[in-house]
Amino acid sequence: MSAIEETGAALPREKTDVWPVLLPLIVAAAALPFVGSFSTWTTLTIAGLAMGMMIFAMSSGLTLVFGLMDVMNFGHGAFVAVGAYLAVVALAPLAVYAQSDQILVNLVALVPTALIAMAVSAAVGFAFERAFVRPVYGQHLKQILITMGGLIVAEQLLYAIFGPQIIPLPVPAALRGSFLVGGAAIEKYRVIAVVVGLIVFVALQLALTRTRIGLLIRAGVENREMVEALGYRIDRLFVGVFMAGSALAGLGGMMWALYREQVHASIGGEMMVLTFIVIIIGGLGSVGGCFIGAVLVALTANYAGYLAPKIALVSNIALMVIILLWRPRGLYPVTSR
Amino acid sequence: MSEALLTLSGVHTHIGRYHILHGVDLVALRGRTTMLLGRNGAGKTTTLRTIMGLWRASAGAVNFAGASIDRSATPDIARAGVAYVPENMGVFGDLTVKENMVLAARAGALDEQRLAWIFGFFPALRKFWLSRAGLLSGGQKQMLAIARAIAEDHKLLLIDEPTKGLAPAIVGALIEALTDLRRAGATIVLVEQNFRVAQDIGDDVYVMESGKIVHSGAMDALAADDELQRRLLGLNLDSHQ
Repeated sequence: MSAIEETGAALPREKTDVWPVLLPLIVAAAALPFVGSFSTWTTLTIAGLAMGMMIFAMSSGLTLVFGLMDVMNFGHGAFVAVGAYLAVVALAPLAVYAQSDQILVNLVALVPTALIAMAVSAAVGFAFERAFVRPVYGQHLKQILITMGGLIVAEQLLYAIFGPQIIPLPVPAALRGSFLVGGAAIEKYRVIAVVVGLIVFVALQLALTRTRIGLLIRAGVENREMVEALGYRIDRLFVGVFMAGSALAGLGGMMWALYREQVHASIGGEMMVLTFIVIIIGGLGSVGGCFIGAVLVALTANYAGYLAPKIALVSNIALMVIILLWRPRGLYPVTSR
Repeated sequence: MSEALLTLSGVHTHIGRYHILHGVDLVALRGRTTMLLGRNGAGKTTTLRTIMGLWRASAGAVNFAGASIDRSATPDIARAGVAYVPENMGVFGDLTVKENMVLAARAGALDEQRLAWIFGFFPALRKFWLSRAGLLSGGQKQMLAIARAIAEDHKLLLIDEPTKGLAPAIVGALIEALTDLRRAGATIVLVEQNFRVAQDIGDDVYVMESGKIVHSGAMDALAADDELQRRLLGLNLDSHQ
């Protein structure tokens, strides 16, 4: 065997930090007695998970962009909006497939739509990075101002192209309706959203732990200077991460639009607040924390929306305050910050 | 006399509105270990960071292997053949020891032979190969930081205070490793506060004071001159034994 592989770890075992992972389970379990009916609770929980996965897709890029380059990108919502509109544009010519009641035929419409949404969002992300982000590296206030400005410009451009009205976007035929499992109605589309979200999460984790680029990203989040001192051009890496993050935001936007069955440019601004709450809860720079944060935010919003609709408006902020009181740097703080 | 690999001439560095380096002149000769000594705040770390391109020289020239590098970006300086071990070691704590080394071997796969050679210096790294580097002790992290710098062939090693805060036994192992490296032909610029360490491994020595070089010469000569040491560094050997 080679010298590289033959040796093993002999350090004292690390205490794994499981509390953040248990948190969504605790929240779900705690909500059950209040909701009362098990079938309603199941429906709410699945809805929360689906929503969480979509929010995760939208936020994951943002947390890496901040972690890697300290860039506060308040324009990230623009990519969500772009993804949502692309769902409309790309699905239109594929409508025949979308109207079929065969799920496989629906996928013939959905998969290319998702790929187009991601590709265009990535391209928009590239342009956005060059035009708005690159000139203000290392200057937080300017980043906030200019990226927010970028979001407004993007929103207005979408209005100019597609008009200010809400555009309906029906879910493909075979994905409409619900399964009935033990009296609980589970919307098919939500199941798909959960599956897609899990695929994104697993793929991201694999990329970050098994590939050289992933290692570089994690190393860069921890110590940017040292990555450069090893001879890697972190600005190029950053552009790549920015584009990948934009692509995921576009995917999330497309899924969200289909979930709500309508598209409007204001989706970008709406999701922006939510994604920031998620990445702060998760710990800036942490993909795992972002995943748990997204699920927590969505579950809380769903339970609160059912139990006390008025409180639902502030449930995200309340959740963030509680988490930060417990862990001021988020669930999984990245070591060097 | 061997040829100069690295030459700093009249280098000034500003950090924000602070003027840290006031015209540093320094030559590191190929195949030799050049010590950079001086009190805290004298500008030793800033000098290394300026060479590495992490601070930009506001005036003066830095030449490395025949090319000017004072306007180059850090990754390009690294690619030109300079390896850097910062004062805080810069170990990626979230990554395993192996992953740290994989990233250090930028040009491609880790070379088995070289790895065996590195493990020879730092056996602990083999033992903890698959552990998260953040769990290593301070001394082990320092070993990893140096191992990373020698994972590939570099023309020059810049090492900032490797013995800082380490237990005496580990300092001994480090001195041995650095001496072996020198014997293997490495060119090293080493910042060190511990005069005994400096004396053991240095060939040439520069002493800094308030952002300037105030003494340069052979390490042996400084080591033999208690009076000079007292004047330059405010210490003599006896007080450190």
